[in-house]
Amino acid sequence: MEIIIKKIPACAGNIMKKNWPLWEVFVRSKNGLDHRHFGSLHAADEEMALENARDVYTRRNEGVSIWVVESKHIRASNPDNNGELFEPAKDKVYRHPTFYILPDELKHM
Amino acid sequence: MTETQIKILEAQFEARIANDEKIEPKDWMPEKYRKTHIRQMSQHAHSEIIGMLPEGNWISRAPSLRRKVALLAKVQDEAGHGLYLYSACETLGITREELYEQLHSGKAKYSSIFNYPTITWADIGAIGWLVDGAAIINQVPLCNTSFGPYACAMVRVCKEESFHQRQGYEIMLTLCKGTVEQKAMAQDALNRWWWPALMMLGPTDDQSVHTAQSMKWKLKRKTNDELRQQFIDQTVPQADILGIKIPDSDLKWNADKGSYDFGEIDWDEFWQVVKGHGPCNKQRMKARVSAWENGAWVRDAAMAYAEKNK
Repeated sequence: MEIIIKKIPACAGNIMKKNWPLWEVFVRSKNGLDHRHFGSLHAADEEMALENARDVYTRRNEGVSIWVVESKHIRASNPDNNGELFEPAKDKVYRHPTFYILPDELKHM
Repeated sequence: MTETQIKILEAQFEARIANDEKIEPKDWMPEKYRKTHIRQMSQHAHSEIIGMLPEGNWISRAPSLRRKVALLAKVQDEAGHGLYLYSACETLGITREELYEQLHSGKAKYSSIFNYPTITWADIGAIGWLVDGAAIINQVPLCNTSFGPYACAMVRVCKEESFHQRQGYEIMLTLCKGTVEQKAMAQDALNRWWWPALMMLGPTDDQSVHTAQSMKWKLKRKTNDELRQQFIDQTVPQADILGIKIPDSDLKWNADKGSYDFGEIDWDEFWQVVKGHGPCNKQRMKARVSAWENGAWVRDAAMAYAEKNK
């Protein structure tokens, strides 16, 4: 019985239950600026994700360019690891220009 | 995790909020914070979605092309606002399908105001003026709420909402400057929407079960009674400009407190509507559920097409 079920093509049941995946939307508000994360939405494929992003996030000229990426492809850092990830930068003051002690009369530097 | 560890984490968490830090989805949070946010944000999203129905009713019958494009744009914004809020809510680990399921099964609530009927064109004016007006008062403080994705969504919603209220007021203004019958229609709409709009700001503070906790988490910055008073104080002069009368014989300026005194709200009516016995509860749910069910084949076909093209 099980074997027979497996032979049924993956139409009906399987696909019917599949929900539209989640996409992240990035919008460039105007040329010269970076794309910025605007939010997310559900869509069946990337074309639909772009079209939905246009309707949901740019109804009032908010953008000139849209990127969409399926959310599952984003690897995010875990805030629990923020210590090891970001704290080492905190004590590296020598990476900032003010660390260097120079005479006041020195100009253009 | 032991109970002591949780207590420590909770204390750190409360300190972050007290310090005006934002909480992001992957940060540790008390289970109650997560649940409360799912409840409030989804309720908010559902209200936007159900809120399209009473107004959608009038798109095809708007009196001019100018009114029709404006109403269409407003209803489209509401769909958009629902979508911003659903996705913000999903960052807390609940799926869109679960959220819809809660709405369709009646487990989740939406604002009870949308269970009133829109029987004349003036109702569209009154909704924009009063219902969106009350919504703005509720929503502006939420732009500063502690949960990052909710605050971000609310900033966008508030930016877009002001046109909604202005288009409603303009409809009322036009009717009030029109024929005697048109002005009477505006007055009738105000009579029917005034009290439900006041109820929209929620039960009185002594009856509100969530207020204390929500204030602490900055999910609420002002109490229901404060918001209601603010709404009344700013709306009364607007009714004066229209030249129509707010249906409350106890309404009068109180110079000592610098705000209006107002009459008793019929909270029995409010709770009846919340419990599903309002004039349109069944009709709204039926329209929503059938839209979802009748659209199932489209969603399935789109998914099948996407799978095939992979």
